[in-house]
This record gives sequence, C-alpha cells and structure tokens, in this order.
Amino acid sequence: MFTPAATAVAQKLGLKKGRANLEEFADTLQALATADRNIVAVTSDSRGSGKLAPYGKALPKQIVEVGIAEQNLVGITAGLAACGKKAFGVSPSCFLTARSLEQIKNDICYSNVPGVVIGISSGVSYGALGSTHHSLHDLAVLRAINNLTIIVPADNFETREAIKYAAAAPRPVFVRFGKAAMYDLAPAGATFTTGKALTLREGKDVAFIANGETVVHALLAAENLAAQGISARVLSLHTVKPLDTAAILAAGRECRAVITVEEHMINGGVGEAVASTLLQAGVAPKFKMVGFPDEDTVTGAQADLFRHYGISMEGLTETTQKLLG
Amino acid sequence: MLTDHQLALKAPALRRRMLQLIADAGAGHTGGGLSCLDILNVLYNRVLNITPETVDSPTRDRYVQSKGHCVEALYAVMADRGYFPDSDLNTVCHYKSYYVGHPTRKIKGMEMNTGALGHGLPICIGMALAARQDSAAFRVFTLLGDGELAEGSNWEAAMAAAHYKLDNLVAILDHNTLQITGHTKDVMSNEPLDEKWRAFGWEVRSINGHDYAELTKALTTPHPGKPLIVIANTVKGKGVSFMENVGKWHHGVPSETELATALTELTALEKKLSAA
Repeated sequence: MFTPAATAVAQKLGLKKGRANLEEFADTLQALATADRNIVAVTSDSRGSGKLAPYGKALPKQIVEVGIAEQNLVGITAGLAACGKKAFGVSPSCFLTARSLEQIKNDICYSNVPGVVIGISSGVSYGALGSTHHSLHDLAVLRAINNLTIIVPADNFETREAIKYAAAAPRPVFVRFGKAAMYDLAPAGATFTTGKALTLREGKDVAFIANGETVVHALLAAENLAAQGISARVLSLHTVKPLDTAAILAAGRECRAVITVEEHMINGGVGEAVASTLLQAGVAPKFKMVGFPDEDTVTGAQADLFRHYGISMEGLTETTQKLLG
Repeated sequence: MLTDHQLALKAPALRRRMLQLIADAGAGHTGGGLSCLDILNVLYNRVLNITPETVDSPTRDRYVQSKGHCVEALYAVMADRGYFPDSDLNTVCHYKSYYVGHPTRKIKGMEMNTGALGHGLPICIGMALAARQDSAAFRVFTLLGDGELAEGSNWEAAMAAAHYKLDNLVAILDHNTLQITGHTKDVMSNEPLDEKWRAFGWEVRSINGHDYAELTKALTTPHPGKPLIVIANTVKGKGVSFMENVGKWHHGVPSETELATALTELTALEKKLSAA
C-alpha cells in the first residue's frame, strides 16, 4: 500500500493496521442485531463481499436476500423501515447508488423512513475491474439528495461509531466502505460526532481535509512535511452531509493553504463542498483538490490508482510544496 | 359493511368530487383516476383493515398506491372515509399544500410517498416481510398501472415476492390498456399478463375491475403460499361517456363545459341507481 519511505513514516508514527472497515461494519452490525431483533440486513447476492455471511448464519431471520436486484433492494429496505424495522441495505456502491438512485431519493429520503444504505467496495476498491465497478460518483449524486446523512469512515473506530449512529438514527443514512485494511487513526478517547470532523493533527501552514481511505495518506504527508518545517493540520471529514462548516472555516482562516483529498471524482465531491463553504464565507486560502479528475480512469489496483492521482505521502507532499511556493 | 348497491351509489359522487378537484387544481390524471376509482371504493370501504382512527396502528393493513399519479381518486375516497376534511381538497396542487399531485406521507393515512413508477411493489415486499418477521396479521396492498409494468423493478419484485411466498401481499393491476402515448400493446406490449405473473409464481385472478362483488371476492379470498395479483380489467375514463377509452384524458383537465357535462352525466347515473 505504501512506498518504503511512507512505510518508514508510518512506523515512526506508530500506526497500527486494523481491519478492513467492511469487516468492522459487519461485526458491529451483527453485534447490534443480536441485541435488537428489529435490525435487518438486506443484501443483493453480496453477503460474501459484504462480509455478512457470519451474520446471515447467526441471524437467518434478520437477513433478506434479494438476488442481483439493487432497485428492489432499496425498495424493500424502505418498506421494512416504514414498518418499524431498522433496515440496512448493503450492496456494492457502484451499482447501489447508480441503479437505485431514484429509490434512495424517493423511497427512503423523500419518504423519510429510517433506512440505512451501505455502499461497499466503494471508490476504486475494485481497482482493476474497471470503471463499471468504480464508485467515484456516489457522493456527488447523494450530496444532491435532501434528507440524507452521508458518512465515509477513515478507520475502524469511525466505522463502529457510524454504524451505531445509523442503527439508532430515526432518519436516512448512507455509509461508504472500501475493502482495504485500515490503520487505526483516531486517538485514544476520541469522540465521534456526526457532522463534526475529527482533528487528527494540528497545524497552521496547510490543512488536509480528507475522508475515508485517503486520510492515512494525508497523515503521513503531514509527518513528512513536518520534517521539512511545514506544519500540517489533518482533518478526517467523515461526515459529508451535514458538513462541518466550522472546522472547514477554521482550517481556511488559520492555515495558509487547504488541500482536500478524496477517493472520488473531483466533480461534486468533498473538495467542491469545502471550496463552496470557504468561498461563500469569504475565506480564500490557497486551495487544491486532490482526487480523481474528469477523465477515463487508468487501470490498476487501488494503491496504483491512489499513487497515479497523487493520493500518497509523496504526492501530497509535492502538492503542498507547489501550493505553498 | 356497505352493500354492492351502496358502493355503486357512492361511486358517482366520488367521481364528481375527483373531477371537480382536478378542474379546480387545473392538473391531474383524469382517465386513470376514473378507471381505478371502483377499486379504491372497494378497498377503503370493504377490504382494508384501516380507519382514520387506526392510521398509526402497527397491525393496520398497508396500502401503497404505486400508480401515484392517480392520487386524485385516492383523495376523493379518503376524504369520503373521513381521513381528512373534504375542504382540504380545495388546496390540491396549491402553493404550500401537502395535497400535491402524488401521494405524500404528510397526509394522514398515506403510507408512502409514491409517484415515480415501479416503486410500489418493492416497498410492499419490505412491508410484507416486516409483517412476517413480527408475526403480524396485517396485509399489504398496492395498486399498479399496466403501463407501469414496463419498469423493470416490478419484475425484480415479482421474483422476490414469489421467492418469499408472500401470501400477505396483494397487487392490484388497474388494467385499462391505455397509457399516455396510446394503447399499452402499441407502446410496449405486456400481454399475456396472467401467464407472466403465474410463471413468476403468483396467484392470478382476472376480474372486472368495476364489479364490486368480483373485486371483493378476489381481494378477500386467501391465497396460501403465494402472493396475489388481481388483474382488474377496467375502462380508462370510466363513468364519463366522452372520456371512456380516450387516450387524451390520461391527464386531460376538463374545461368548464366538459366538467358540467360530466357532472350532469354522473348525477343522472346516481339518480338512476337510487331509483333501482
């Protein structure tokens, strides 16, 4: 995942590898569902890729299999939620948020039922499988839908807390997971509040505002930049909606530059949301969005694609140096 | 329970109210509203285990109008049953009114927001599964349009409902054979519907969708081990001579003169039924 240089920085920071967020999700959901029979998982021939096979075995009455039918999956999730169930519709994010966008919009969000939509293998987790399986549009389309909380966890802690929140929320929630094993990033005693970014590192020269599987790279870049005398703040902006405008504006006012980092198209992603927040408040630091540009994405594993598009310690270090001049 | 004759007597008044509110709103789906009105008349007055007092009861039957564009017929029937004051309907499609051109849950007794087609059946499967998981005795009903069946999500749902043997689920097809562009057989042929649904594993009952006795029997006879679809053969624009089977009334709004003629026809029918 990392270059040897980045690996050395990770060791210096004492970063420990946890599990894939998806596995943490599945186990958290199973624990919650064991205690609450109203929790139901709905899957589209995806309990294997969703790590829900043990859940299905342990709680066969609390899982609904719909086959490869994402529109039906979201509709059924909405119907279950409308009848008092806490339904989690789980499916690869690339299909779930494109084929079923109207069902997410109408059946869950417009109807305001407490359905949870879980996008798995999101971003470029399916890397080499190509663009049909990349989910680089999901946050853009979902940001445009009213009445939906959108969460992109960066580590196992944020994942556990996001799922606990979703299970208790009386409203629609979308959570997005990749496949890679995640490093533990949240400091001991950290608190997770939906809509409030988690500050992983303080700094005043540049602020990295990132989420999901890109956050660790921002943290490594921050440490790398520190060795060069540049102080970098790192925010895990786990909640895309509602946005933590206070943390974004503070970063823009207190740092000379802001760099957003995301596993998503630049169009309609977190970078544009941050830029809009800053500009509407009249805050204009030096600014750069790092993500996937509007082009036919190159092929490769997730790590290859991250490096290609500058989502790496080295890439973010270079971007910062250029931006600060 | 109302007799067949009492239901028939009620229908002209419901049709008049529906036409009046469409004319007042200047928008609506006239032809399909008239075709499904008898189905709704039977559902709300005979079949559904719901009253205005039990709209929040966990054990109430659920009705989801998948063909949400024909909400005006539903408005007329629900107002008549006392779910909300009839005067509320004077605000249909007005600024800030909840009585918009498709069902919303902001209105008392509306189970789900609908309007985009092909959504009702999947939602109802979720509801029927929830009933089963809770060992609750309620049934789930949805009204589909025949043009709506071109949406593939219906067939995803048809498979799932049969797979789960949802005998607490009833779909009613308002089979009026017309959609906005013309006859369904010309736009996107969907026959033979009975064979298709049967092949998907459903219990299929084909009936006259304007016959109260047939509707009642089809909707109340159990169908163990299978979901049920009632193919209700109806007439688009039913009850108004110049609207029957005329495609332009799909969402045509009657002029003042046309409305007066329609109301006169319906009043005459009501008098005839009263005298019978």
